Amino acid sequence: MIHKYKLAGYNVLLDVNSGGVNIIDDLTYDVLDSVEPPFAEECPAEVVAKLSRSYPAQDIKECYEEIVSLYNDKILYSDDDYEKYALVAVASPIKAMCLHISHDCNLRCKYCFASTGDFGVGRKLMDLETAKRAIDFLIEKSGDRKFLEVDFFGGEPSMNFDVVMQTVEYARSREAATGKTFRFTTTTNGMHLTEEMIDFINKEMYNVVLSIDGRKEVNDRMRVRVDGTGCYDLITKNFKRLVDKRPNDKDWYVRGTYTKYNLDFSEDVVHLHDLGFEQISVEPVMADAKEPYAITEADLPRIFKEYEVLAEKIKKIRSEGKFINFFHFMLDLDQGPCAIKRLRGCGCGNEYVAITPDGDIYPCHQFVGVDEYKMGSLYDGTFNLEMKDEFAKAHVYNKPECKKCWAKFYCSGGCNANNYIYQGDIHAAHKLSCQIQKKRLEVAILMKAVQLLDEAE
Amino acid sequence: MKHIKTINKANLKKTAAKGGCGKCQASCQSACKTSCTVANQKCEKEA
Repeated sequence: MIHKYKLAGYNVLLDVNSGGVNIIDDLTYDVLDSVEPPFAEECPAEVVAKLSRSYPAQDIKECYEEIVSLYNDKILYSDDDYEKYALVAVASPIKAMCLHISHDCNLRCKYCFASTGDFGVGRKLMDLETAKRAIDFLIEKSGDRKFLEVDFFGGEPSMNFDVVMQTVEYARSREAATGKTFRFTTTTNGMHLTEEMIDFINKEMYNVVLSIDGRKEVNDRMRVRVDGTGCYDLITKNFKRLVDKRPNDKDWYVRGTYTKYNLDFSEDVVHLHDLGFEQISVEPVMADAKEPYAITEADLPRIFKEYEVLAEKIKKIRSEGKFINFFHFMLDLDQGPCAIKRLRGCGCGNEYVAITPDGDIYPCHQFVGVDEYKMGSLYDGTFNLEMKDEFAKAHVYNKPECKKCWAKFYCSGGCNANNYIYQGDIHAAHKLSCQIQKKRLEVAILMKAVQLLDEAE
Repeated sequence: MKHIKTINKANLKKTAAKGGCGKCQASCQSACKTSCTVANQKCEKEA
């Protein structure tokens, strides 16, 4: 399978199964519309005749030979022989956990998928006993995995920070005897970050995600306090304090959500960078189409254009010698994840679970509150292995749309929760997410390709 | 080549043979939590 597209004056040709990225000229772009395997030794006369109105015949034949040569080298139209690997990682150990340390929040963000923090199941904080049981569960189910990820999530984790600290202490106390290494992460809205919290996060958390949407008017329209006032002034100050003290060897991101209200979200990325935040993730809101802020199909052309604009703005920032990293444009075209990792995305319900304050187990944070996807409980010892198996088998070859999609080894089947929430089935690709994802990837691949091209010259 | 410039190693197939160790980060834990991009994760297999 190949995929080709035109963007920013370049023609890009991807070979899906080898991961090959090629920059091609207009002639090759046009020839590829007329030929496909199996290839004859010489360029078919009708192809030459058809294209000779625009290109010299000799060039057409030469171009055809290049295509055939790459085909013979298995760099173009290479076979899809990964399905046999889809059974690897079925019955996988669990290595990652989203710990819902707080089903309460001190903000009332209008687009919150967690129903402003309580996930629709009541405001509650996790107690230490439940958190310890969660750590024990993770260790027990982790098999030979050395690195175990625990994300303190909410609601707002800082509202239950004593339990966060004690949970980290407990998990660390079990590392030596079990041979495990915990990697803690957290997400915070920045409303209540004391120096003690900042120092703890910067010491213990492998990654921290700081929630802010961008420009003051954009952020304060959606991210509001209980009294309806915006939080921008306070959180920018708090995040700056955290980032300024953050060690260089630890990850962090400011993470924003864009909605129909700020389809010019590249301005928000630039604004965050201007504030001194260089690690940035800004993503589309996922919401019922009836919500006024929801992104719909009609917004897609505008959004596609905006990712192109964003790429230009990032290029300009970098050309000035400044650093900026946009999460969804990060790609390593040579040393990225292995093909097996790319078959099933996030691993939710199989390698990754979420735990609620009551000790209930769900496939991930986005399934919390969906009764039919409750996997078990830390308190009655239940854990639904059949459901785990269902998620393990939710790989790209079991998702009809993904199987035939050029982007399957980049997005790996997308978000199972979004598939379920918006399409009614974890195997049914969420169309809106897919289209945005594909555009983002096209831009990211080109940016990387141009960088590699420049470096080679 | 004159018409086609291959930019990368196109080595996805090779990664399948020795892949699947599972040491890498769960992708949704990184910086998104509402989407999934796997291709921007790092391989953490020890050489």
